Amino acid sequence: MSKELIRLQDLTVEFDGERILDGINLYFNDHEFLTLLGPSGCGKTTTLRIIGGFLKPTSGTVTFDGKKVNDVPPYQRQINTVFQRYALFPHLDVYDNIAFGLKVAKLPKDEIKRRVSEMLEIVSLKGYENRSVDSLSGGQQQRVAIARALVNRPKVLLLDEPLAALDLRLRKDMQNELKRIQQATGITFIYVTHDQEEALSMSDTVVVMDKGRIQQIGRPEDIYNEPKNAFVADFIGESNILDGVMLQDYKVRFFGRVFDCVDKGFAPNENVDVVIRPEDIDIVPPEQGHLVGTVTSITFKGLNYDIIVEFKGFKWLIQTTDYHGVGSVIGIRLNPEDIHIMHKSEYSGMFGDYSSYSAEYDELTEDAADEEAE
Amino acid sequence: MKRTNRILTTLIFIFLYIPMVVLIVASFNTGKDITQFESFTFQQYARLFQDSSLLELLGNSLIVSVLASFCATIFGTVAALGIHNLNPRMRKAAMTLTNIPMTNPDIVTGVSLSLLFVFVGTRMLGQRNSLTFWTLLIAHITFNLPYVILNVMPKLKQMDKSLTDAAMDLGCTPVQAFFRVTLHEIMPGIVSGAIMAFTMSLDDFVISYFVSGLDFVTLPVEIYSYTKKPLQPKIYAMFTLLFLLILVLMIAMNLIQVYGDRKKTQSRTAGI
Amino acid sequence: MKKRNNAVLLSTPYLLWMVAFTLIPLGVVAYYALTDPATGVFSFRNLKELGMYLPVLWQSIVYSLASAVICLILGYPVAYCIAQCRPATQKFLYMLVMLPMCMSFLLRTLAWVGLLQDTGILNSLLSRIGIGPLKMIRTPGAVILGMVYNYLPYMILPLYATIVKIDHRLIEAAEDLGCNGVQVFGRVVLPLSVPGILSGMTMVFVPSVSTFYISQKLGGTDTVLIGDVIERQFKQGNNPNLGAALSLVLMLLVFVCTGIMNCFGGDSEEGGVIV
Repeated sequence: MSKELIRLQDLTVEFDGERILDGINLYFNDHEFLTLLGPSGCGKTTTLRIIGGFLKPTSGTVTFDGKKVNDVPPYQRQINTVFQRYALFPHLDVYDNIAFGLKVAKLPKDEIKRRVSEMLEIVSLKGYENRSVDSLSGGQQQRVAIARALVNRPKVLLLDEPLAALDLRLRKDMQNELKRIQQATGITFIYVTHDQEEALSMSDTVVVMDKGRIQQIGRPEDIYNEPKNAFVADFIGESNILDGVMLQDYKVRFFGRVFDCVDKGFAPNENVDVVIRPEDIDIVPPEQGHLVGTVTSITFKGLNYDIIVEFKGFKWLIQTTDYHGVGSVIGIRLNPEDIHIMHKSEYSGMFGDYSSYSAEYDELTEDAADEEAE
Repeated sequence: MKRTNRILTTLIFIFLYIPMVVLIVASFNTGKDITQFESFTFQQYARLFQDSSLLELLGNSLIVSVLASFCATIFGTVAALGIHNLNPRMRKAAMTLTNIPMTNPDIVTGVSLSLLFVFVGTRMLGQRNSLTFWTLLIAHITFNLPYVILNVMPKLKQMDKSLTDAAMDLGCTPVQAFFRVTLHEIMPGIVSGAIMAFTMSLDDFVISYFVSGLDFVTLPVEIYSYTKKPLQPKIYAMFTLLFLLILVLMIAMNLIQVYGDRKKTQSRTAGI
Repeated sequence: MKKRNNAVLLSTPYLLWMVAFTLIPLGVVAYYALTDPATGVFSFRNLKELGMYLPVLWQSIVYSLASAVICLILGYPVAYCIAQCRPATQKFLYMLVMLPMCMSFLLRTLAWVGLLQDTGILNSLLSRIGIGPLKMIRTPGAVILGMVYNYLPYMILPLYATIVKIDHRLIEAAEDLGCNGVQVFGRVVLPLSVPGILSGMTMVFVPSVSTFYISQKLGGTDTVLIGDVIERQFKQGNNPNLGAALSLVLMLLVFVCTGIMNCFGGDSEEGGVIV
């Protein structure tokens, strides 16, 4: 296990009487790629700004390398930041932007030169030294921003939605690039995003946040496979979430039927949320199914079809590679490992029902989140 | 429609420039009467440069306007930085205060300041002569400040807030961050504010007329007292020279701007 | 928050300065207006005398409103025309409008005296084609002309600033929806330039209503304006108390007018500033 670098303890932030962060407890290990994931307004950027020193918590402590740093201003922290829209200095060219921190630190000229050109190589921008930052494309500006932060050899790099302004393909490329740079430099990355795919594919650890509280911390696989509550289940991927009763260990009842499952440790007859991922559901002929339902809509998604199936008034999302026309009657089978059981939470009943689902709806909310993030 | 509009515009430009042409022509006139052109001469220009009192007045005007616009630019920029970060209610109050000298008629500003100076000077400090160079300077700084603030504030508003964060992130103290980043970003606003303040100051007559005393007078105030008698033609010569100076300055600024814009668009298209 | 503290620290000297040199002077004006010039004790005498000057005040308002309206009529086509030009030409024409504002307005007004005099340049030109001599100087028309001439740039610049910002797609959209040229102007361009019109009107009205130089030079005995009266109280009449009372009236008038303009124009925090 690598050593702990930053610890946030009982962090609370209030702004004009509004609680932005509500008792955050979190630690960051050296050399780790950690992502703060959540919808806009969940407090992830606020957390980042506290680590960077741009904001002081209302209460709680921030420890860096074992020392309390609540009152240390940003310019005295061994932390650098890649800002949301890069915040490159428009009056300086690429070289001077990257050299900025080193010049402020009054390093010898030849060392600055050496380190900047080394950095330009890492972000593959050799030959762009004298270009004005306005003339660069989004991806190039992004890389200048990363170089400008990394050239100072910080212990921690904070990245605040760094890819939000890029188009989809560039975003995928930059994800790989960032992961590569992180592994090459071994610097701790703390990454903020509202894009769950980005979070899952890049991070060692994902912290899911909502309403100023941490909802779940874990490895990407664990977060996906074992969501702690309805919010996490819905935010990470798609989920059908149903009311159920845990009869005893490994036995859960929903839709009037008892299913085998792999979860245990619940109180007998405890009311629970049952999560079933749309891609885990097997479609079978009606007579072989655990449940039988009617297809009410179908959307082609490229890799698969998203179909909405009605079971006794409750609509499920199912992902399948086979075509099932609207009105056709299908059966489904659920294997024990496809059924995830969660304790009831404040989020129960808010997510996981696809009655009002439409393909556009999903994209709309994502766009709205993008706009809010800006 | 478009053509009549264009003709009208041309006529209005002629209207705007006719009096200037009259003054410039008068500066080459041998006679004193502005309405009668007798014959062509450069003599008025020679006389202008021999008239030390006139040059001194011009110097006075320059001293006041340079000092006032310089002080107002620095003071105003600092204030704008502060106002920008005030809470919205205080900011609104500060902007209302800033707008008072802008909306108040000059004559009211001049009268009110002169009454203040006289009141404080004679009644409270017991001076006999309370209107001096310093009161003139204070008045000019006061009406210059809003020009600086109203030019700098929009630039601060436009500036990406994370730029200063970025500078501090990279090791700048707040003061360093201001000089290395913020100042560059708001410089266009500071420069145009300073230029506006300077020209307003240089050309101000009404406020100066009320707050200047007898021992320090600026050119416009003196011209006003001249105009009660027939005007000396050398003043037309001075007008012509100032006109040329400002024309050249403005054209230069214009060319720099146009050139700068062109360069910017070029580098932008080259980057894509 | 630390940032807020710094903000207060940086802005307080300025705010104190402005209070000391704009608000307090206005208080002093009120003090003078309410004290007796001879004895210096509290009195309404000055305010009672104001009634005498109502006709002058009325005349000032009429003249400056007339000049503001004429400025609008003359200035709008110019602003529109400039906004239609190529960017480089726009900058050049903008400069041509600015330039007169930087030159001594005393001398330029004096040039009008030379132009309009009974034996002036215009009359001598007219006499050559057999007209005249016309009586031009010392008429209300001459005073209004002086106002229009001096403050026309204050109308053109804010108008231009608003018109040039109008999104060209809106005009295309209006055309697309069936408007002809006149309708596009009346239904889209004109309503969108209202903020510029209001700020231009204010910027012409305020200096016009308070001027004294223009009316002294171009006007006669029957074109006395409120500014003249105030100037005389301070510089010749030596009754600063009455002058203060008149200034107070003038200030109130201007604040009421700008208030009315702001009501029509909505937000004015950004508008009205010419850069």
